[in-house]
Amino acid sequence: MKGMIYVMMFDTSVQELKYKVLREVAKLAFDDRLEEGMLDIAKIIVPGPQPTMRCCIYKERAIVNERVKFAMNQGKTNNVIEVLPIACDECPVDGIQVSQACRGCIAHRCMNACPKDAIRIVDHKAVIDKTKCVECGRCLAACPYSAIVKNERPCVRACKPKAISIDENRCAKIDDEKCIACGACVYQCPFGAISDKSYILDTIDIIKNSDGNKSYNVHAVVAPSISGQFAVPLGKVVSGLKQLGFRSVMEAALGADMVAYKEASELVEKGFLTSSCCPAFVRYIETQFPEMKDKISHNLSPMAEIAKYMKKHEPNCKIVFIGPCTAKKMEAKKESVSPYIDNVITFEELQALFDARGISLEALENQPLDNASYFGRIFARSGGLADAVAQALKEMEIPDEVFKLNAVSCDGIDNCRTALLKAQKGVGTENFIEGMACIDGCIGGAACLTHGPKDRLAVDRYGKEAAEKTIRDSIYVLEL
Amino acid sequence: MNVYVCVGSSCHLKGSYKIIELMKENIEKNNLEDKVSLSAAFCLGKCTTGVTIKVDDEIVCGVSPENFSEIFRKYIIERV
Repeated sequence: MKGMIYVMMFDTSVQELKYKVLREVAKLAFDDRLEEGMLDIAKIIVPGPQPTMRCCIYKERAIVNERVKFAMNQGKTNNVIEVLPIACDECPVDGIQVSQACRGCIAHRCMNACPKDAIRIVDHKAVIDKTKCVECGRCLAACPYSAIVKNERPCVRACKPKAISIDENRCAKIDDEKCIACGACVYQCPFGAISDKSYILDTIDIIKNSDGNKSYNVHAVVAPSISGQFAVPLGKVVSGLKQLGFRSVMEAALGADMVAYKEASELVEKGFLTSSCCPAFVRYIETQFPEMKDKISHNLSPMAEIAKYMKKHEPNCKIVFIGPCTAKKMEAKKESVSPYIDNVITFEELQALFDARGISLEALENQPLDNASYFGRIFARSGGLADAVAQALKEMEIPDEVFKLNAVSCDGIDNCRTALLKAQKGVGTENFIEGMACIDGCIGGAACLTHGPKDRLAVDRYGKEAAEKTIRDSIYVLEL
Repeated sequence: MNVYVCVGSSCHLKGSYKIIELMKENIEKNNLEDKVSLSAAFCLGKCTTGVTIKVDDEIVCGVSPENFSEIFRKYIIERV
């Protein structure tokens, strides 16, 4: 339309493609037409005649068809993260290379830095002997012209637990035993060849079968990172969720308030803990630091904690968690969590559901969302959990002689790994490791619509808007 | 008898906490602990003025500290 500026609601076109597929699948599912209509989705999204993303529209449509399967949770594995082989562009995996920028200098810092003697100077230029090179990267750091580059696949680079390798067809392959479902590869693959599978059809079923919240209530539990996600005030998102068919919207942040108190008590009792809020961090410890498993806090995550409380009071209700996180889909399958959480969807998927139903958030009224305290809400960003535990200890009036908190907040698996290694070796004085698999914490979640510095500000602002200033004020509901 | 107090956002902001306190206080005062079970509800769909409660299957809106005694007598004491 003339004069209209199209504002993309996502960071990348890959996310947008995923969203479009989810939206079309949801539209058909709401209308009970999925079986007859699913084969037409590819043509709707890739109308042709010119391709826009790949070599030809037939490949584009074939990829869409594979994405439709993921949108319907039909994959080949039980892992919530899976490769779409047809979409994988088989990126080069040459590793460390000398680029054209090599000036043929006479200092040869690269050669001197190489611990394996893998660099020779041929015709004044550095040449790497690939049979000797161990990809340590010291030559990269040494070259004053940045002339040595490391060609690494974005998926491999993103995957800190090293669960991604390359198969015999040069296609990415996930080791499901090592994968922590953080979704970093999903967000980082520039071709969108790795994706989380979706449970939106279950959400749609839950909503439809509730018969307008008559046969049972459907409640949404929203992660605090939602605050910066939608371009409208949060109150309008609450209205949108109710229009979608949810009876009520509860803040996972109230579960975070509950967790903060429990975590503080457990810390006082045990003296050292690693946090249990982030399912990908928990799985990282379980798989890579198994000897530290007993240090993981025994508390449920905020999502599970609030849902457990709700199911206690309303046993027949259904609860859908909505967040930025692919790993929550894995967490919801755990025996300790599945009795409380019926379904997990992401912000990307929520946007698809809104648009499938033609719900335009701008036009809706602002409804309140207020269950939690400032401290529960700031769990969404790195450092928030440690702040909340400190506050809980203060509110519980634990004197320093009994327990003095010395927390380290780690975001991103690299930082988590460093803290865990230190703790494992017994060096360092920290007694609480707050670990979040995503950079910046949940606001950097793989299934956020947007990622940026504004999200941290939005979370802090949302925290300050909480009517309850202390954790105790918000967890009064536990007295019931 | 099952009594639910809404702790959804609207009711929370309008004073669920106070109503829960009053409920517990009055249940105890009238020795109804064995007869009345008090629980939370998550939005009863009547976000109007005051706090919404549900007494068995009946929804009662607009509960406030001012009208609490009357509502407690009418819906709880007279029915248990």
